[in-house]
Amino acid sequence: MELEGRWRDLDYLLNRQGNVVGPGFEPGPEIREFLQSDCRVLVVGAGGLGCELLKDLALSGFGCIDVIDMDTIDVSNLNRQFLFRMQDVGQSKANIAAQRIMQRISGVKVTPHHCMIQEKTLDFYEQFHVIVLGLDSLEARRYMNSVACSFLEYDEDGQPDLATVKPMIDGGTEGFKGHARVLIPGITPCFECTLWLFPPQTKFPLCTLAETPRSPAHCIEYAKIILWPKERPDDTFDADCEEHMRWMYDKALARASEFGIQGVTYQLTQGVVKNIIPAIASTNAIVAAQCTLEALKLVTMCSSGLNNYMMYSGTDGVYTLTTPYERDDKCPICSAGVSFDAAPSTTLQELIDMLMKDPDLGKHLSAPSVSYGSTNLYMRGALEQQTRPNLEKPISELVDGDGSVIHINDRQLVAAMKVRLKFGPSNGEMDS
Amino acid sequence: MSEESPSAEVSPHSNAVSGETSMDKSKRYDRGIRVWGAHGQEALEAAKVCLLNAGPTGTEALKNLVLGGIHSFTIVDGAKVTPPDLGNNYLLTADGLGMPRAQCAAECLKELNESVSGSYVEETPRSLMTSSPEFFKPFTLVIATQLGETDAVTIDGICRQHGVKLVLLRSYGLLGYVRPSVPEMCVTESKPDNKVDDLRLSNPWPELAAHAAALDLSATQEHVHSHVPYALLLLKATKHWQEEHGGKLPSSYPERTAFKDLVNSWQRHVDGIPLDEENFTEAISNAHKVWAPPSVSSELQAVLDDPCAASITQQSPDFWVLVAALRRFIEQEGDGQLPLEGSIPDMHASTQQYLDLQRIYRAKADVDAAAVQAHTRALLEAAGRDPSAIPLPDIKHFCKHARSLRLVRCRSLEEETGPGSCRGSALRQALGQEDTAANAALYVLLRAADRFHQTYQRYPGTFDGEVEEDAALLKSQANALLAECGAAGGTVGGGGGVSDDLAAELCRCAAGELHVVAAVVGAVAAQEAIKIMTGQFVPLGGCLIYNAMACTTSVFAF
Repeated sequence: MELEGRWRDLDYLLNRQGNVVGPGFEPGPEIREFLQSDCRVLVVGAGGLGCELLKDLALSGFGCIDVIDMDTIDVSNLNRQFLFRMQDVGQSKANIAAQRIMQRISGVKVTPHHCMIQEKTLDFYEQFHVIVLGLDSLEARRYMNSVACSFLEYDEDGQPDLATVKPMIDGGTEGFKGHARVLIPGITPCFECTLWLFPPQTKFPLCTLAETPRSPAHCIEYAKIILWPKERPDDTFDADCEEHMRWMYDKALARASEFGIQGVTYQLTQGVVKNIIPAIASTNAIVAAQCTLEALKLVTMCSSGLNNYMMYSGTDGVYTLTTPYERDDKCPICSAGVSFDAAPSTTLQELIDMLMKDPDLGKHLSAPSVSYGSTNLYMRGALEQQTRPNLEKPISELVDGDGSVIHINDRQLVAAMKVRLKFGPSNGEMDS
Repeated sequence: MSEESPSAEVSPHSNAVSGETSMDKSKRYDRGIRVWGAHGQEALEAAKVCLLNAGPTGTEALKNLVLGGIHSFTIVDGAKVTPPDLGNNYLLTADGLGMPRAQCAAECLKELNESVSGSYVEETPRSLMTSSPEFFKPFTLVIATQLGETDAVTIDGICRQHGVKLVLLRSYGLLGYVRPSVPEMCVTESKPDNKVDDLRLSNPWPELAAHAAALDLSATQEHVHSHVPYALLLLKATKHWQEEHGGKLPSSYPERTAFKDLVNSWQRHVDGIPLDEENFTEAISNAHKVWAPPSVSSELQAVLDDPCAASITQQSPDFWVLVAALRRFIEQEGDGQLPLEGSIPDMHASTQQYLDLQRIYRAKADVDAAAVQAHTRALLEAAGRDPSAIPLPDIKHFCKHARSLRLVRCRSLEEETGPGSCRGSALRQALGQEDTAANAALYVLLRAADRFHQTYQRYPGTFDGEVEEDAALLKSQANALLAECGAAGGTVGGGGGVSDDLAAELCRCAAGELHVVAAVVGAVAAQEAIKIMTGQFVPLGGCLIYNAMACTTSVFAF
């Protein structure tokens, strides 16, 4: 039985009309009922952000929460992942997090999924009204992005079909800095539209590591990339195994002293080998709460929503920047179709080769399959034999004509890339 | 803890693992230590924190500090756990309904980290401030949440009197407020995001100049030539350029292009085709370091010019003694330059050439630090202190960070809110500027809400039927406040002043503490607390307004 007045402060927001609200906001008790009983939200990741997100969602009225994480609890999580205790080390993050939230907050159902995000089908992801990401890698974000965008359909006028829009909220932190953003496929930029926001990782050239090391990091990378495969070819390196990390540290230290380089420590070795991002409780809390607030706004329209990116930095006072980033009309993942020039006489094989070579599109592709509507034009795997003859056919025989949208699938992608064919003048020549 | 305080120890959680070893600690706190270092962690582990009010704003702030590993906390709260607490506060339990909120929160917080001890006082902050202001003396930091303006001014006065640091914070519907109140914070490790390398390419000291001159590029073997660090290439090119241009540096775009061409012309060629040596590519892309060396920032200049550094007494804090020594160094040995920081960025180079260069920079940094040490000793002696009171490692640390020294002084809350001392013109300006207008209006409305409370003994919007009337009353309180601090002007509802929409939004939420707003505000305050306790990074110098509707923040120093 619900305690009288428990949701008093939240109800002010949901039951009273406001002047700064989202479109179509209709205050009333049915909003909280919907949140508690019908609204499905998925939290991806039960780490630093995930723990905060689960607590924040549960205390913002969300009653049916799922959480997915393949990881187990480590001692170094305890400085911020407040749902975990020393005695939980080694157990599933998703399971423990779900238990703790349900123990503390009555009336909330949290369903844990202790597995990889890639193990779930699209049907699983489709059931949620909103997906909140608490991830620490770009790869996982890109995967979830392609999942959310795979549901998106456009009408004949090129407008997104709102029934197919699967909104996502994303958060990320590093040290005293973080960001929160709202991704509404077809309406706000998706990850692929703004990949430039993620700085490239620094990679050292092999010859530097092998011949002219200058920094402690060079010595550590040498131990990891060159010495481990050479000296322990039968062992798979496990960053969580202390003996493995010790070995790495000893080798890096020996390398450093051979060259007269100072500064190799065990802590630095771990940092370089595991690519550790410094993470603290407060920053995770700021970002996760902002993300949850946006999820609440998105579902209830109780206040104006974030458009569409907010960065936070606490290093020099507090500085935040709220910016509406723009979509990339050429985004192959969330646009209605990237325009691509090809002569009508281009064969399907030639078209595939051109797509692979294209600087924007090719980076998403390794072994593409092509379809047109419900017709498979060229498929890898079981249908390869059957569709192979199409490779020699001119594209104009396979699609309806200029402006046709073909779908490119690839194992690197979850969502099909949509390519709008523009029939140019001569074979294989591009006009730009 | 003071003897007479009615504080109670919370019994340790039965499942707690006791006696964590230091190895466990370094693992547990690893991700934080990567941000603030082992010395920052030590400072946290010595910190005693007092929390006023255990609503979600307070418990969320404290939670982040307990996880980070502070020494201990004490919660002061006079309320009992009620149903609304269970809808917005994670750090209370349903079993605790009717129990003292301070006790219940202290138990939940202690579960988060068995090395942190916690206690509580079941009393309202106001009554404790009145009855025993000295209660607050033993704490490192007070986190004061959800206080009205009058109580906030009181605790600020008490903390300043006892030298206790203070962070004030508040969640109010979709509005958040965080305000550190420290009279003076001297920051050595401000850890700026963008550090410019200090390479002295246009004004090398004799050892560096000699090292560059000793290298004859044309006589080197190919693999040496392609592994000369770019700093050396630029040093040689700069000397060459200055000799041909009357000692001047390339200053115009064509000159800078010509300078890069000069560097480029020294590349090795095979059959007339340049080899594209990577060190030369790096030299060209780093050529700006010749004509744009790091400068003295306005913040650093303010530190150097501060009256505290002009006269050193026996009571002067070490920071100001070191700033005074730094000033002497700049005037004398430095010839206008700061002590050399001593580290160099990675450059494409052979190990030997790179380490040789690194050694030269480090040696110069040591020489500069020794000079600063001599000034420090002289200053200490003149002030009647032990000349070796500040050890060399501290002086080296100070010199290494000299370029990014920062000073933060927060006005007292009494100054900020007093009708005679508040900065009305700054407030009027903030209300008139597009990017700050809404958040400045929220600042005014929050203060107006406190006045409303003093007048009517309730916050605006408490009763469903009176929300609109309250908005009008709140608005008139806001206008009265603006007039009182000389910030009135502009039209009501736009172009200055406070908008009706925002006044209505403030009444809509009726001073409610939404969990997510409390979590943001509490965590921002926790970051500030960590900065203040570790002395690293730069704390806020004014109050932060968090606008959860627009997802923006503004910092005001009124």
